[in-house]
Amino acid sequence: MIHYRDSFLNNVARQLGRSPNTSVKPERSWQFRPQDKTLTDRNQDELLTVLRDQCRLIHTELIETTSSKLSEVLEATVTLYGGGPISIWQDERFTEFGLDTLVNETWPARYVEVNEWRAERGRENIAQAERANIGITFSDITLAESGTVVLFAGGGKGRSVSLLPRNYIALVPKSTIVPRMTQAAQEISRRVQAGETISSCINFITGPSNSADIEMNLVVGVHGPVKAAYIVIEDR
Amino acid sequence: MAMKIGEGKFKENVNKNIEDTFMRGAVASAQERLRTRRLDAAEELGNWEEWRSHGEEIRQHVLNNLDYYLHELAENLQKRGGHVFFAETADEANRYISEVVKANGGKKILKAKSMVTEEIGLNGVLEEEGCEVIETDLGEYILQLDEHDPPSHLVAPALHKNKEQIRDVFTQKLDYKMTSKPEELALYAREKLRQEFLSADIGITGCNFAIAESGSVGLVTNEGNAGLVSDLPKTQVVVMGMERIVPTFEEFEVLVGLLTRSAVGQKLTSYITTLSGPREEGDADGPEEFHLVIVDNGRSKILGTEFQSVLQCIRCAACINVCPVYRHIGGHSYNSIYPGPIGAVLTPLLGGYDDFKDLPYASTLCAACTDACPVKIPLHELLHKHRQVIVEREGRAPVSEKLAMKAFGLGAASNPMYAAGSKMAAAMMKPFTKNDRISNGPGPLKAWTEIREFPAPNRERFRDWFKQHEKGGGEQ
Repeated sequence: MIHYRDSFLNNVARQLGRSPNTSVKPERSWQFRPQDKTLTDRNQDELLTVLRDQCRLIHTELIETTSSKLSEVLEATVTLYGGGPISIWQDERFTEFGLDTLVNETWPARYVEVNEWRAERGRENIAQAERANIGITFSDITLAESGTVVLFAGGGKGRSVSLLPRNYIALVPKSTIVPRMTQAAQEISRRVQAGETISSCINFITGPSNSADIEMNLVVGVHGPVKAAYIVIEDR
Repeated sequence: MAMKIGEGKFKENVNKNIEDTFMRGAVASAQERLRTRRLDAAEELGNWEEWRSHGEEIRQHVLNNLDYYLHELAENLQKRGGHVFFAETADEANRYISEVVKANGGKKILKAKSMVTEEIGLNGVLEEEGCEVIETDLGEYILQLDEHDPPSHLVAPALHKNKEQIRDVFTQKLDYKMTSKPEELALYAREKLRQEFLSADIGITGCNFAIAESGSVGLVTNEGNAGLVSDLPKTQVVVMGMERIVPTFEEFEVLVGLLTRSAVGQKLTSYITTLSGPREEGDADGPEEFHLVIVDNGRSKILGTEFQSVLQCIRCAACINVCPVYRHIGGHSYNSIYPGPIGAVLTPLLGGYDDFKDLPYASTLCAACTDACPVKIPLHELLHKHRQVIVEREGRAPVSEKLAMKAFGLGAASNPMYAAGSKMAAAMMKPFTKNDRISNGPGPLKAWTEIREFPAPNRERFRDWFKQHEKGGGEQ
């Protein structure tokens, strides 16, 4: 439902001194486009360097590994962060990156509780994520400049997994790294223009939650995770 | 609380707040940190002027085509199953939101920081309806606990409080027993608020920028509270000022980058979330019902006027962080939730000159605000314009200025009077002069010099100097 749009927009147009325009798309001809030349000349290895340097500034641990060693590295990182309970996305990439054994056998055998986000379970998922010590998701797009992981939520990819647990680990395939938010925005806009339905919740997450509201002192971990780590994976 | 935060007169507020040495220290050091961080972030990005120009052209384009983009936004959000309400007044907005809350049987409402909901006084309305309204931004949470102390800064609302004061508030209101260490205070708030998040019925957020092409709203926080507010409650209401919109994700990205760098010197803040309507079929979190309330509340009256550029504002507070006047008088002196240079321009436009005609004078016109603005609003020129309007069209310049100008007019109008007056000036002002500045002037100068110094009349008049040098002839 849309309420009172016409009278509202008529008034806006009247103030602008013309009749309302709701049908002719205004032409956007920008004189300036600094984003086109910001970090766009870097290759994937150089972007990884940018990401590595940025992670130091945002209190985020960056771990680099290969897809064959990923299982081992993830297991060690989880142990370092104090183990389960763990909340993860229901996401094919866990299988693609060879993590099935770790998730379905190794952890359960060691009494590490792992909960996969299953939409059909409804609010129970939220309760599990809230109890979780660690939330783990893949990054859909990774922004080198700001050290940001972009998550398209929906279905088995619950929004809460990256927000409610005390610690957060993002799995970052190296191929997902782009220079900056510009490239992610262009990709999302391209999908919108192509008529695709974009995720009803896109999160751009840059390190752990923080606040400077008390005497401008940076405090890490206010509402979201207290600690964050990115595991960058050399793709297969 | 609406836009106006107190009954005190501007000068009374200034007199009171200028004595508050803690507040002044806190403001000065916060300004220093925020200003330095912004400058560092701008330098690191490079081409800062080009980014500002791009931000400016995007904002100007949006304002000139606002009807098109708001129409498109509503259309696209409706396609995603969201409800859109266009509110011309604060009342209309509040009434609609109250109805949504009632229809959903909402009792507990969680909010993420939003200036426009402060402006329309939403919390008070909902509380009168018997709802519990909880602010989740740490700074706002502190203020709310402390008997609704008003915010004093757009980005860091509790900037005027020190950690001991905050500990005392926690001790009194939350039975807090630990120290005044910020980490301990923040973790305690985290535990308290986490329980509230899980049991809330309705989530209310503001909107940093809506995105027309996809019917989305974008939220920018460091704490992650906006994410939680929009994730857990069954119903979500987003309130946006009507000008806070961009055409596509591409412009969204540019403005978010300008906002986070200018506000806190970060490349991006920890959480930036775009929401496009309610959760989809097969989702287990996110709101089931989604409402967007687009608020005019006086903004359209600014469109098409000499003040239109003030609507370019992205609420980063960079102008506040460089303002020498704000530094001394603090945010509460402005009597508005919008303090500092941007507040001194915007508040009288939204709230009228009756209550706020003093604000355009709370400036030295030094232009630091204009230089800091990431979307190039000519703030000091707009302040000057306000003064022109107040004097010329409204005929209500401050009394002291009127008297002084009248006297100057009389004196300057006749040749002998001017000659005598300017000759006498230096001698007459001598008792009030210190290092060539008058800081405690007599008569009509008193009000002026109470808040700023006046250059002392030169002992040598320009005319005498000129005569002298003319006689000397050819002296290099």
